[in-house]
Formats: sequence, C-alpha cells, structure tokens
Amino acid sequence: MAGTSTYQPKSGFAKWFEARLPIVGLVHSSFVVYPTPRNLNYWWTFGAILSVMLGVQIITGVVLAMHYTPHATLAMGSVEHIMRDVNYGWLLRYLHANGASMFFVAVYVHILRGMYYGSYKEPREVLWILGVIIFLLMMATAFMGYVLPWGQMSFWGATVITNLFSAIPLVGESITTWLWGGFAIDNPTLNRFFSLHYLLPFMIAGVVILHIWALHVSGQNNPTGIDIKSKDDTVPFTPHATIKDSFGIICFFIFFAWFVFFLPNYLGHPDNYIPADPLKTPAHIVPEWYFLPFYAILRAIPSKLGGVIAMFSSIAILIFIPWLDTSRVRSATYRPLYRQFFWIFVATGIGLGYLGSQPPEGIYVIAGRILTFYYFAHFLLVMPLIGILERPKSVPSSITEAVLAKTRSGHGAAESKA
Amino acid sequence: MSLAGLAGIAALALVLAVPASAQEAEPAAEAEHHEGATAHYPIHKPEPQSWTFAGFFGKFDTAQLQRGFQVYREVCASCHGLKLVAFRHLGQEGGPHFGEEEVRALAAEYQVTDGPDDAGDMFERPARPSDYLPSPFANDQAAAAANGGAAPPDLSLMGKARGVSRGVLWALLDFFTQYQEGGPDYIHALLTGYDQQPAAGVTVPEGTHYNPYFIAGPALAMPKPLSDGQVTYADGAPGTVDQYSRDVSAFLMWAAEPHLTERKRIGFQVFLFLCIFAGLLYVTKKKVWSGVSH
Amino acid sequence: MTPGLPRAIGSKGSDLASTDSAHRAEPTRRDFLYIATGAAAAVGAVAVAWPLIDQMNPDAAALALATTDVDISTVAPGASVTVKWRGKPVFIRNRTPEEIEAAKAVPLADLPDQNSRNENAPTATADDSNRAAAGKENWLIMVGICTHLGCVPLGQHGPFGGWFCPCHGSAYDTAGRIRQGPAPENLHVPKYEFVSDTQIRIG
Repeated sequence: MAGTSTYQPKSGFAKWFEARLPIVGLVHSSFVVYPTPRNLNYWWTFGAILSVMLGVQIITGVVLAMHYTPHATLAMGSVEHIMRDVNYGWLLRYLHANGASMFFVAVYVHILRGMYYGSYKEPREVLWILGVIIFLLMMATAFMGYVLPWGQMSFWGATVITNLFSAIPLVGESITTWLWGGFAIDNPTLNRFFSLHYLLPFMIAGVVILHIWALHVSGQNNPTGIDIKSKDDTVPFTPHATIKDSFGIICFFIFFAWFVFFLPNYLGHPDNYIPADPLKTPAHIVPEWYFLPFYAILRAIPSKLGGVIAMFSSIAILIFIPWLDTSRVRSATYRPLYRQFFWIFVATGIGLGYLGSQPPEGIYVIAGRILTFYYFAHFLLVMPLIGILERPKSVPSSITEAVLAKTRSGHGAAESKA
Repeated sequence: MSLAGLAGIAALALVLAVPASAQEAEPAAEAEHHEGATAHYPIHKPEPQSWTFAGFFGKFDTAQLQRGFQVYREVCASCHGLKLVAFRHLGQEGGPHFGEEEVRALAAEYQVTDGPDDAGDMFERPARPSDYLPSPFANDQAAAAANGGAAPPDLSLMGKARGVSRGVLWALLDFFTQYQEGGPDYIHALLTGYDQQPAAGVTVPEGTHYNPYFIAGPALAMPKPLSDGQVTYADGAPGTVDQYSRDVSAFLMWAAEPHLTERKRIGFQVFLFLCIFAGLLYVTKKKVWSGVSH
Repeated sequence: MTPGLPRAIGSKGSDLASTDSAHRAEPTRRDFLYIATGAAAAVGAVAVAWPLIDQMNPDAAALALATTDVDISTVAPGASVTVKWRGKPVFIRNRTPEEIEAAKAVPLADLPDQNSRNENAPTATADDSNRAAAGKENWLIMVGICTHLGCVPLGQHGPFGGWFCPCHGSAYDTAGRIRQGPAPENLHVPKYEFVSDTQIRIG
C-alpha cells in the first residue's frame, strides 16, 4: 500500500504471477521494506493488536455461529449448549465475549495514543476519521452481539438503546418499530441483529484496510510528531516492527488469557444469565463497561432528545479534532500544558465510566453533568485555546536527532520510554 | 510528566471520592425513604466463603458436588428445575463424576416424557443418561400457580446469575485475586440467612419470608428450605444447614459452569506458554533492535 | 535491506557446525534464539488451531444419543421397520423362511464383498449366519444407507429380492449383501443387542 515496490520476483512462476497480480509486491512494500519510524514506542503496537483482535473475533464468531440459533426461544439454550457440550465451546465463547472487551481496551489505548501524540493532525485527518468510523462500527457490532445470548441484560439493553431513536421528533416511533420489526424487542429483532452482527465485522475489516492504506500514504506518526526527513529516521518494517508488534501482541494475549481462563464473567453482568423476560426489567440495568462513559453522558442531560444528541455528539465530536486542535506542534511530548489536560481528559473518561455504572440518583447525577460538560469542553474549549496560548518546547529537527539526544542522556531512560 | 501525572491522579481521585462519600451518605438517605423504589438490596452483603474452585489452581471437589447433588435432589428439586443439566453430565470428570452405571441407575429413577409413539401419543419412560433432568413443573405458569404466584426459578445457571456488587475498589482488587464466586457466595448466604429478626422499619409482605441476603427485596417467597439433619450424607459430612448450603452452592456452581476445572487447568498451561513465548519474543526483539538506537 | 529472520534461519547449518570458534559463538546463539521463537510460535499456532477444528466434531450431546431402544414385538415375519439411530435410518427386518433360504444358498465366492460388515462380528465372512442376528436368523438389522454414496435403498426391490438403491442401481440380496452395481460393500450391520426377545438396543 505504499508507493512502488522494490520486490524482485526470483523464480519464473513468481515473475509470471507478479506480472498478473502484484500482491506479493504489495505485501512486500507494505509490511516488509516499509519504512517505519525508528522511535516508535510500545503504544504503537496497539494497531497490530487491534488487527489481531479483529481476526480473533471474526474467527471465533464464525465458529460460534455454527452452533448458535438466533431464535428467541432457542438462543440462550444454544449458547448454553455451546458452553456445555460443544467441544471447546466454552473456550470459544469466552474468547469471543471477552475478546470484545479486549478489542475495546485496545481501541481506547489506540485512540488515546493518537490524541496524545497528535496523530490526527494534518496530513492524517482522513486516517483519523476512518478510525472514528471503525470505532462506531465496533460499537454497533458489540451492542448487537451482546443481544444474542438473549438474557435479561441483552433484552433490556436492546430495548433501551433502540428506544434512543424514539427521541427523534416526528419519525422516532416509526423508526423504532422498524428497527424492532414489531411493537417491542422480539424474535424478529434478534434475528436481524444476528444477521447484522455477522455482517458488520467484515465492514470493519474493509474500513481497516482503508485505514491502513491511508496510514501508509501519509506515513506513521511517531512519539516526536516530527515528519520522517531521511532514511536514517526509519527502520524497515520487517523485522523491526514485526517483532516488536509480535511481542506486544503476546503480552496483550497474557492479559486477555487472564480474563478468558480465570475471570471469564468479570466483565459481564450476572443478570445476563437470566433468560430474557419482556415483563420484568432488572433492578439496575447497565451496558457493557465500554459503553459506560457514553451512557453517563446520555443520562446527564435531563431531556430525552437532549441526552441522545449529547451521546451521539460525544462520539461525533472526535471527527472534528483535527480542526479543533490549533497547535502547530503534534506531539504532547513538546506540549507541557496540553499534556496535563490530556491526562485530565483521561480521568474524565474514567470518571464518566464509573458514573455510568452507578444508579442515576443524587450526587451521581451532578457529578455526571460536571464531567459531561468537561468532556465537551476539552474538545471545544481546551483544545483550540491551548493551541493558541501554550508555548511548546523546542522541537528537535529530526527523529534521529531526538533519538540520539535521548540515548546520550542515558540509555536506561531511553529504554523505559521506548 | 510528574505535573501531568499529578493532575490526572487528582482528577481521578476527585471522581472516585465523590461517589464514595455518596455511598457513606446512603444509610441516612435510605432511612428517609426506606420503602423507596430504588432501595438498595440485599440488606446484608454475602460473606465471601472459601471454595475449592476459587483461584488460579481451583477445581471442584467431587465429593462435595455429589453431596450437593443429593441436597438438590432431596430438597430443591421438588420446586426448582435444573433443565440444562443432563444425567450424563453427572458422570463428568471434573464434575460430580458418578460412575457410568450409577448415572444409568440414577436416570432410571426418573420418568421422562417421550414420543410421539406409533399411535401418535406421548408416553412416559424411565430416563436415560442422555435425557435432561425433568423439571418439577410443566411451565412457568404451572410453577407460579402451585407456589402462590412466584415461580421458583430454574437453577441451571444460578451459580452465575446472581452476584452482589461489592463496589469499585473491591472490583479492582478482584481482578488480581480472580474472585468469581459471587454466585455461590450469594446462594450460601441466602440459604443460611433465614431465621433473623427484621430490623425496625422493615415490613415483610404477607406470604414472604424475611432474609436480609435476598437480592431483590427484604423478603422472598421461598420459605426456609433447609434444616439441620434433613439430608443424610453417606460420607459422614456434618448434617448442618451450613454444610448443606455450602455443598449445594458448589453443586450449582458446577451446574452453571461445568468446565471450570478444565478451564483453569488449560488456562494454567496457556499462561505458562504465553509467558515463555513472550520472553523469547522479547529477547529476539532485543537482538533485532540491538544495532538501532531508538 | 532485510537482515532479519529468513536469512538468519537459513544459515543455521553452517553456523551450528562451527561452535568451536569464539568468533562464531554470537551468531549461533542468535540463530538458536530465532529457531526457538519460531518453534514456540508454531506450537502456539497448532494449539490454537485444534479447538477451532475440534468444535466441528460431534458434540457431547450428539455422542450421548448413541443408543436407541426399539420394540420389535409388532414386526411380523415379512415385515420391516425403519428407525432412526444417530440421525441415520436403520432397517429392522423380520425375514421370511424363503428369504433366509435364498440368502443361505448363495456361495461365498459369488459375493463381491466377502466381509460380514457386521460390527458384532467384525472379521467374519459374509455368510448369512454372520449377517443375521446371532441365534435369531430371521432378524436382519442394518444401517439403511447404500455403501456407494449414501442414499437410502428401497426394501424388497431389485433383482435379488432384497434392497435396491434408486440413485445408482446398486442391488442387495435378502441378507443385505451387495450383488450388483457400483456399491463396494455390503450394507453395514451396526452394534446392537437383544435386551429381551422383543426389545433391541442399537448402538
């Protein structure tokens, strides 16, 4: 996906094939000789981790679909059949269920890494927006996947989320009825959610290809935020990035395995092991943890339509970051003020997540409103103003210079950062 | 960096501290509207018990599961189904592990409905190992009708379908201690939680039984199911309510998560492999990057 | 441009052969490291592949349905019943004396498949006594699936008075043995036992 290939086919067949479909050359130029900044730290391995997690989810998902039955009366039974009788079914289901959570862990790290190092800034705006689209598709996919076991949380989660659309003036009711295929969440809803849950990951994969394409056009950002200026600034993707990504992936798998084998239900909710009951809402319904910050924003606004608009805006606003950030410097490494507000933003996100898990009463509501305000203020006020007010530190003239300066100042320090 | 870190930690602390103080204020709020719609149950949180299947090397205790099954069979089964468990599952290694003949004999003690036969009629026959445990009631409506309007829930997934939140700090700690036993802790607490005097101001509705550990209110429709000496164990384990509750909770955890022992065993192997593999990759990575300062 | 894995692994032979040289010690250790890491990756890949493959094998519930009890008290001589066992049809035929005689009269040498194909007598020859139920020669119990490509043959059809497969014309005799057509083997006799005179358990 990057420029012209330097790949030279050796055998006669390879030459014949390459002349007709230059796919080996494409892989060679994109993932072998592709120049990658020499100073990438481990936060950059999350792109590879996300690709692998998408693969894990698709593979385990296709396999689970071989045993799952998308029918209101049979769905939970088929999931339990997978858990009890299908060979390694428990492993496959726990991989898939926890894999979704791991996917979000990785995507949040990936997004925050982009925000910290200014990876959204010119010329990477399209790359960033494609990422936001992937994030949206992930949320839709995860939401519909959580409905499939047809437990109480599945059912009532689906009810609450689809009812968001009823806030739309005039056509809202018609839209929810259309989404449901009935007058409440029922079998038609489950069936279509299953169909879409199977489809969307392949759409994600398609947008991921565009995302990587755009990445390889503009080149990777790096911790200094400085453009690649010479060949000295880079190392070939293979083996350098390949091996580093592999190490990152396996470390992430250790974290993943901790959940799958020892805490498989830690991130789930006990109520989802109770069969769906359209006549009885659980006492305290909460979405999956990765939606909690957005759920808190939804509840912070004391108006149905307002809450829905706020929630969707909280994601849509990410699209405009490239233009909301007015700074000339990309990386927070050289932006002492922005860096602190970045961490306050991270804390705000965690705080919103916590509030999303608590009942909407008393002080939680007030705290939710304050943090919701700050969430939006970070993008709409802090980002534009800091870019203007802040005096960035002096930026090195090249990646190599930055690296050598760091190496000189002590190898140990350099290692811990890299 | 330190300033940024401080700012972040301060903000985080603020966020966590606000709700913490809110929680402290709760009893007062509860007293104010003690029958409020969002009252917080259970009144008492379950005490965490010690389970053989907890933790990194946890596994089910076969003898305990067999005793637990006996309690289920002799006490619970008259009202509660266990429809996701088949008789063959009772012979599972890592589970109750009854012998093949035992399972066959056990199944034959039950009658299940089969059919239709050649005349088109359903008929009763002794159960086979491949059959699922028959439920005491034909459907939820029949169960509710026979039990004063409250259908006794099926227990197949009860070991995972109940859990009392212990708050955010415990949740963080639970990640490291691998605490996943909220279900059996709850069942044990509920079964041993009868016979207590309701606190002042708590009204117990007619036809329900006070139990401060019940997750959805001050009292539940199920009367105290277990009493000392009710079930006679063959292996000499004490015939106390506490022991019965412990055993049946463990059994229900197995019923909800029958592959737990296998899962943790494989998990240990996977963990070991991944750590070694990660170590190799790290050293390889060091070698690959040895000539490049970065 | 790529001083990495492929070349290093490719050169292992010569490097391993010269460990005595202190000069060479470094590359050898590096090659060993690469091989060990690659081997660990391969082991991991295989370990991951197995559950993905094994999940398609019959699950525990399917395996548990391995036996079927059949009441044969109502099956008169000259009549058959077809029952389902493991999702497949099983023919249970109460043969007439004429059918038994016809089957016994066939010399072994005339049979394309001389193996009994009987799981209750796995190594026996295809004599009628090895095909029918032991001690109850009127009972013939077979999986009703043509050994050619899996169709269900029609009973009491075809040139040999036994079974005839409509798909590709395989003809079986009154002992369910292949006599003519593309099927390579006699109809299979599953494992079964007489629980009582009127009750058999298949599987």
